[in-house]
Parts: sequence; C-alpha cells; structure tokens
Amino acid sequence: MALRYFGAAAAVAFAVGMTASPALAVTEIQWWHAMTGANNDVIVKLANDFNASQSDYKVIPTYKGSYPDTMNAGIAAFRAGNAPHIMQVFEVGTATMMAATGAVKPVYKLMTDAGEKFDPKNYLSAITGYYSTSKGEMLSFPFNSSSTVMWVNLDELKKVNAEIPKTWPEVFEVAKKLHDNGHPTCGFSNSWVTWVNLEQLSAWHNVPLASKANGLDGFDTKLEFNAPLQEKHLEKLVELQKDKTYDYAGRTNQGEGRFTSGECAIYLTSSAFFGNVKAQAKFNFTAAPMPYYPDVKGAPQNSIIGGASLWVMGGKSADEYKGIAKFLTFLSDTDRQVYIHKASGYLPITKAAYEKAKAEGFYKDQPYLETPLLELTNKEPTENSRGLRLGNMVQLRDVWAEEIEQALAGKKTAKQALDASVERGNTMLRQFEKTAVK
Amino acid sequence: MQKQAIFQSKLLPYALVAPQLAIVLIFFYWPAVQAVIQSFLLQDAFGLSTSFVWFENYVELLSDPAYFETIVRTFFFSFAIAASSLSVALLLAVMADKPMRGGAVYRTLLIWPYAVAPPVVGVLWVFMLHPSLGVLSRYLRAAGIEWNPLLDGNQAATLVILAAAWKQISYNFLFFLAGLASIPKSVLEAAAIDGARPMRRFWTVTFPLLSPTIFFLLVVNIVYAFFDTFGIIDTMTRGGPGKSTETLVYKVYNDGLIGGNLGSSAAQSVILMVMVIVLTGIQFRFVERKVTY
Repeated sequence: MALRYFGAAAAVAFAVGMTASPALAVTEIQWWHAMTGANNDVIVKLANDFNASQSDYKVIPTYKGSYPDTMNAGIAAFRAGNAPHIMQVFEVGTATMMAATGAVKPVYKLMTDAGEKFDPKNYLSAITGYYSTSKGEMLSFPFNSSSTVMWVNLDELKKVNAEIPKTWPEVFEVAKKLHDNGHPTCGFSNSWVTWVNLEQLSAWHNVPLASKANGLDGFDTKLEFNAPLQEKHLEKLVELQKDKTYDYAGRTNQGEGRFTSGECAIYLTSSAFFGNVKAQAKFNFTAAPMPYYPDVKGAPQNSIIGGASLWVMGGKSADEYKGIAKFLTFLSDTDRQVYIHKASGYLPITKAAYEKAKAEGFYKDQPYLETPLLELTNKEPTENSRGLRLGNMVQLRDVWAEEIEQALAGKKTAKQALDASVERGNTMLRQFEKTAVK
Repeated sequence: MQKQAIFQSKLLPYALVAPQLAIVLIFFYWPAVQAVIQSFLLQDAFGLSTSFVWFENYVELLSDPAYFETIVRTFFFSFAIAASSLSVALLLAVMADKPMRGGAVYRTLLIWPYAVAPPVVGVLWVFMLHPSLGVLSRYLRAAGIEWNPLLDGNQAATLVILAAAWKQISYNFLFFLAGLASIPKSVLEAAAIDGARPMRRFWTVTFPLLSPTIFFLLVVNIVYAFFDTFGIIDTMTRGGPGKSTETLVYKVYNDGLIGGNLGSSAAQSVILMVMVIVLTGIQFRFVERKVTY
C-alpha cells in the first residue's frame, strides 16, 4: 500500500517538475569552454555584454575543464542527446569535429541560414584557413588563436653577452653559453614538444608533416615527417639533452614555470603564455620569432596557429541558431576583437581589429605581442603551412611524444623514433579513416 | 535448523531487495553489457557511423605487442604496490600496537593519508619530486642522482608505485591494527614462556594468525592498484614517459576518451573484466582451502 502512495507522490512531483520549465521566455544558448583565470573572465564578460545588448537570447558560459575534457564532455553530451549549442574545441580536435557531419553545423552555413551578414574575407586567412574547407568555407569560428614564439629572458642573455638568436644554430650556441654560465639545468627548452618540434618546425621550413596538404585535402593522408630536417633537429635535441643544454619539459605546458622562474632563459611555447609571463616574470623579456635552419631554402615560411575555435553543434532549433549567429557577429565586432586581443593576449581574428590595434600603437610598447601575427603572415601559406587536419590528433601527439621521449632518453635513435612515430601514427590515421563519416 | 522467513506477504521480500537489485542492474550489468556490445563495433567518436566488425577489435588488440607489455606492466605495478604497502603497513602496525605514550596520536596520523584523494596524492608527490619544481629532487641531485622522471621511465614507474603505495599504507595499517588486536594475548604469552624471542613469536604466532587479514588486504590492494591508481597516474605522468607508466585502465581511458577509439577501448574493458573475474575466482578458491577466516 505504502508503495502505491509513494508512486502517486512521485508522479505528482514529476508533473510539477515538468510544468515548471516552459516558463522561460528567452532562448538559452549553452557555451562550453575550457578557459581559466583571466581568460575565463574574458569569456564571462563577453557573455554578459551580449546578454545585456539584447533580450531575446541568453548565452550561458560553462567551464568544462581542460581542452580534451571539454571536447569529451561535448561528445558525451551529444551521444546522450543534449549537446551544448557552442563548444570550444582546441585546434587539434578540428579533424574529429569536421568528420562529424550532422553533429556540427558549419559556421558559414549557420550564418547564411540565419541571414547574418558574414564575409569570410574580413577575417585573417592565416587563422581562419585552419578551420575552413579547401574551398574557403569556414567550418568553425576561431576564438582564441596563438602561435609558437620563442620567449627570451633578456637579462640572462645580456649576462652572457648574447644577442637574441635568429637561427637554430645560434640558439644552440647561446644555450651552450647559458648552460655553462649559471644555467646548468637548462640552456633552452620548450612546451608542447610535438607542436613545436614537429608541427611548427615543418610548417616554418615549408616541408610536409603529412601528405594531402597535411590532411586538409582528405582523410587518406599519410605522415611524412621522418625526413632529413626533422631528423636532424631531433638528433640535435638528443645530443643537447645529455648535458641539459636542452632539457625536456614535458608533453604539455606544465614546464612553462621554468621560464618565469628564470631557470630556462630561452623557452619556445605558445604566444598565449604572455599573461603568465607578464604576471610572474621578474626580468626583462620578449617573444622572438621561432628560429629556423638557414640552410633550408626559403625558410622561414609561415607558422601555423594553435588555440581553439567555437563549433556550433547540430540538431538545434532555427531560433537557437539565429541567436548563435547573432552572438558570432557580436564577437566579430572590431572593438570587441581588440578588447579580446588586449585582455587575453590571443590574436585578433579580423583584419580590421589587427589594423586598429596597430593604429592605436598597441605594439609600440609591447612588440612581442605582434610577433605571432608577423610569423603567421610572414609568407603566403603553402600546402605545408596552411594548417593540419589529422584525425585522432590528440592521441597522435601522445604517440609522437612517447617516441621523442624514448629518443631523448637514449633508448632509440632520432631516426628510429621518427620512423616509429610515423608508422604508429599512420595506423591510427587509417583507423580514423575507417570510422569517419563519408 | 534454519529459521523460516518471517515475511507475511510473498512480495515484500522482493520489494525490499528491489532497490539493491535495480542499482546492480543499472550501474553494473547494463554498462557491462554495453561494453560487450561496443567491443564488437567500429564507431566514430560521435556515434554517427557504426559498423559491426565481429572480433576485429580483439584481434587488433591481441596482435599488438604493446598491449602485452601493458598487461605485464600492470601486473608488475600491482605486485610492487601491494608488496610495498603491505610490508610497510605491517611494520608500522606492529610498532604502533605496542603500548606507548601518545600511541593514539601516531595511529591517527598514520591513518590520515587514506582521506587524500588519488589525484591529490599525485599532485603532492609531483610537487616533491618534479625534476625542476620538486623539493626532494634538489636533494637527490645534490646526492649525485640523475633524477628526471620526465624522461627516465624507471624513475617515473618508481614514482607512481611510491605514491600509490603510500596512499594505501593507511588503509592496510588500519586493518593490520585491528587484526593484531584480535590475536589473543594468551597465545603470545604461552610462546614467550616457551622461550620464543619476539622475532620468532612474530613469525610463528602473529603472522599466521594475521593471514586472513593479509589475504583480504592482498586482494583489496591488487584491485586498488589495478583500478584506483588512475588518478595518480593521470596527475603524475599521464602514462609517460614513453609508455612506462601506462596501466591497463589508463590505456582504456586513453584510447577511448582521448583517442575516441571506443571499440578498442570497450574490448580492453571486457578483457579487463574477464581478468578480474578469473583473478577473484582463483583467489577465493585458494582462500577457502588455505586461509581460515
């Protein structure tokens, strides 16, 4: 008997819960992101400003953890049938998102469907190219973009009477000096080991990382980075690791504190490291362009971006898409782009915003903030430097990092490590090709 | 003589077990069945395209020598963690069992680490032993040891085992303390009167009488090392350098969630499930014969 009463009570409670929800008048737009600290504040401010600017839509930003965590949360939510409207996905997730036809709504289509004014030519092609089809259709909306730069501790360089190195041989030379004079544990180092030493290195020297324009022209791409340039570079790192003229600092950016603490005076990582450097470094610093090998013809080419873009998820209502389109237009506004650029250190994505920041003299006092933009636009991108689109990229990077670690630990030669990276990576690419939606 | 059920209605007992059964079905059987189904499928991360591939995921897995390396590594980790945490805990328990001033304080402090969540344990040890941030690594370097778990696989493995074992010591300690308290004093006194020295008393009287506790803890520790070290590995090494700290569970996570290869990940879970079933089966059979509860 008691059970029956309980059942009735539960039914009533359920009915009450059901009738309570349709009371909402505004359309909510869920925005899942992976930004912390000062950048999280930027996201919240953008959402608040948008919500205050009109009354039909409400953007609700939610922090979902690291980049991989956010992406996994979004994928899991999609499988469960309640994906967010907008999802911030890091650049290496691009191929996975792109392959998910039906799960995502391409941005160019969203804008046309919603009747929003949208001209892809207004955006910096060095940035949007990464997120566009080969026909130039923008698939996702670049939000926070960065590139690899070389952070330099100017005070320490002065102590050893060294100029800022421009080429790799110069870097090795300066690092040796630093190592012998007060930096026994680290002459130079880098974060994101594969991004810096394989992906960017290849683009910067106009050599392919993978066939089919690094995967942009098709999922049947094959890795090709077990080539002389990459091999020579890794060999050098292995050699310098022995006495810590180069010292490995981990797969992601957990080693970045070694620059701000003063341990490593030369450190290659994302330009988005700026916020932390500014807050923590007690020395004069700058961000120089990535070094290059002068014996490679045409180097340096141009760098590729890192960071993340906003993907619009599929299966939402027309009204919701209208709100999302309005929000993306809102984000593209020149003043707003300048604000994002200044507040976060990430790059502006429209040409107008870049020009405006320049005109305002923003780069006069902080020339290092222009470094990544100059790298990205150094030359007209080629097949090898437009971007990367490799499936399973997150795990690919882990596999490459595993192999590089083996080489640096002296268990494999540079050639063996790169051959194994390519071979294991190709197996994973074929696996991805099999499951990708045709 | 067995007591008869005291329930009047025939349905009531079923109704009373129902919640528990529902939990087991929803949270254990249903996901397990899902995993078995998924392990026969090839699917993209979003679940948009699915094809049935029979045993392809298993074949691919079992023809990969790296998978066997991971199995061997996981067993090695389990035994290393179980052995080190059990022996240290036993030593501490035997010492804390002696009457002494402030014994309760020692005991409480020794139990404390159990309250620390695995990822926090990982972070704590990383702070102490990180090659450039760690306090302890500075001493290690001063002592002439090339300490760099970011590149040296053996050092990374040692680090994970150390952290995982450290966390489990408290739990083992607690059970050993209870086990020691339940050993009748008269037996030990009789042995003492017969002229057995403390060491001999420990090995011939205390240790055998503790064997049920030891066995129970061995099972718990191996299961812990198999499954609960995930948080520690994820915060400390993420399975690296190379693959030197990748355990079976970490691989399931890495392939499934990071790699989006759900079929292989599910196949690995199923293999893991079979392993645990077999392990538990063998152990309990062994127990019933050898260990007296």
